[in-house]
Amino acid sequence: MALNKEQIAKRIAKELKDGYYVNLGIGIPTLVANYIPEGVNVVLQSENGLLGMGPFPFEGDEDPDLINAGKQTITTVPGSAFFDSAMSFGMIRAGKVDLTVLGAMEVSDNGDIANWKIPGKMVKGMGGAMDLVASAKNIIVAMQHTNPKGESKLLPKCTLPLTGVGCVKKIVSDLGVFDITPEGFRCIELAPGVTVEEIKAKTAGRLVIADNVKEIAV
Amino acid sequence: MGLNKVVTGADEAIHDISSGVTLMLGGFGLCGIPENCIQALVRKGIDNLTCISNNAGVDDFGIGLLLQKKQVKKMIASYVGENAEFERQLLSGELEVELVPQGTLATRCMAAGYGMPAIYTPAGYGTEVAEGKEIREFNGKNYLLEFAFNPDFAIVKAWKGDTQGNLIFKETSRNFNPMMAMAGKVTIAEVEELVPAGQLDPNQVHTPGIYVHRIFQGVNYEKRIEQRTVRKRN
Repeated sequence: MALNKEQIAKRIAKELKDGYYVNLGIGIPTLVANYIPEGVNVVLQSENGLLGMGPFPFEGDEDPDLINAGKQTITTVPGSAFFDSAMSFGMIRAGKVDLTVLGAMEVSDNGDIANWKIPGKMVKGMGGAMDLVASAKNIIVAMQHTNPKGESKLLPKCTLPLTGVGCVKKIVSDLGVFDITPEGFRCIELAPGVTVEEIKAKTAGRLVIADNVKEIAV
Repeated sequence: MGLNKVVTGADEAIHDISSGVTLMLGGFGLCGIPENCIQALVRKGIDNLTCISNNAGVDDFGIGLLLQKKQVKKMIASYVGENAEFERQLLSGELEVELVPQGTLATRCMAAGYGMPAIYTPAGYGTEVAEGKEIREFNGKNYLLEFAFNPDFAIVKAWKGDTQGNLIFKETSRNFNPMMAMAGKVTIAEVEELVPAGQLDPNQVHTPGIYVHRIFQGVNYEKRIEQRTVRKRN
């Protein structure tokens, strides 16, 4: 049974380590904030100028001057700090952000990522994505394994315009968990009920199944 | 007392902005945008503008108002997804667009303000953003050479300011405003609260007044929220 978005987010949250500074992209990555494991203290960075992003406010407490990178109203947590956009991307570029989680349209088996443009159809801009993938120490992608037509999104080579090259370290898709290695996608975990055969059929890029591949605990 | 940079309002602040200039406009989404000056630019109908701003507002607010009236010739931004009219003008070729990674955008503003003609950044290496650009390797990593912006005017929004142009920003409405304030040949600041010099604690000042040429107290801020997201009380 393929993972739903919440389950993908929950699995990614297991990668968080105590003391991490983390940037969560728009979409499934923002859900990771709801599954931070007990006893793991992380600081969420919002690229528009905040360390210490908190949950959404209670109704009536919305502050128009306090938004996240997705333009949603948020709150802060104790120990937070505000700063400008140059400092924000400075801390990203200088490797102070331990982990970035973002979505993808395509990932190639050497870790290229395409997540910002569909030529002629969707050209909204790259926002902070190119900076994040070029500089973050650790990059995890949350994505659907196939597109609505059932075609693989884990490819030998991306067909869409790239966001970054050779940068993705790990993918959590609705079907499993994959490390990017010199041999390509290395499947280390499978979603419950998903078989190796299904993974092989739905992964167009180079694929290796780990000897000790296990089931994702949902 | 001392330097007095106060003007009466947006109309006086933009009085010498003419067709064809390059403007920097602060803000992230609709947060921290110079609402009064944008409205004044729309009223005056100044066109052929090159606008440097992280986003293009929404269809009926912020820079979207300038786009609606076809006052923008070229947009330099990192993300324009909230504005359907922008995307339409981009795809149809009516509007010249330079999409710049957000960090590169911020740092090119910073470079201008810090007197540095260019910076190196890894953002966009290996992508279409790198086309035509010099690439240099430092410590085994590839960087693109990117140039400082050269705006005629920078228009910023701050929370508090004083008559000498010192500025304090609030929460996430700070974003691009400080770097843009530094980068403008002429910097215009609109603030929610304008006080006499001496009332702001110098330890709290985010942007020193040396960077600001004109300042005024804005009026009727709408402070529109793009995505009102809330959680339930238990």
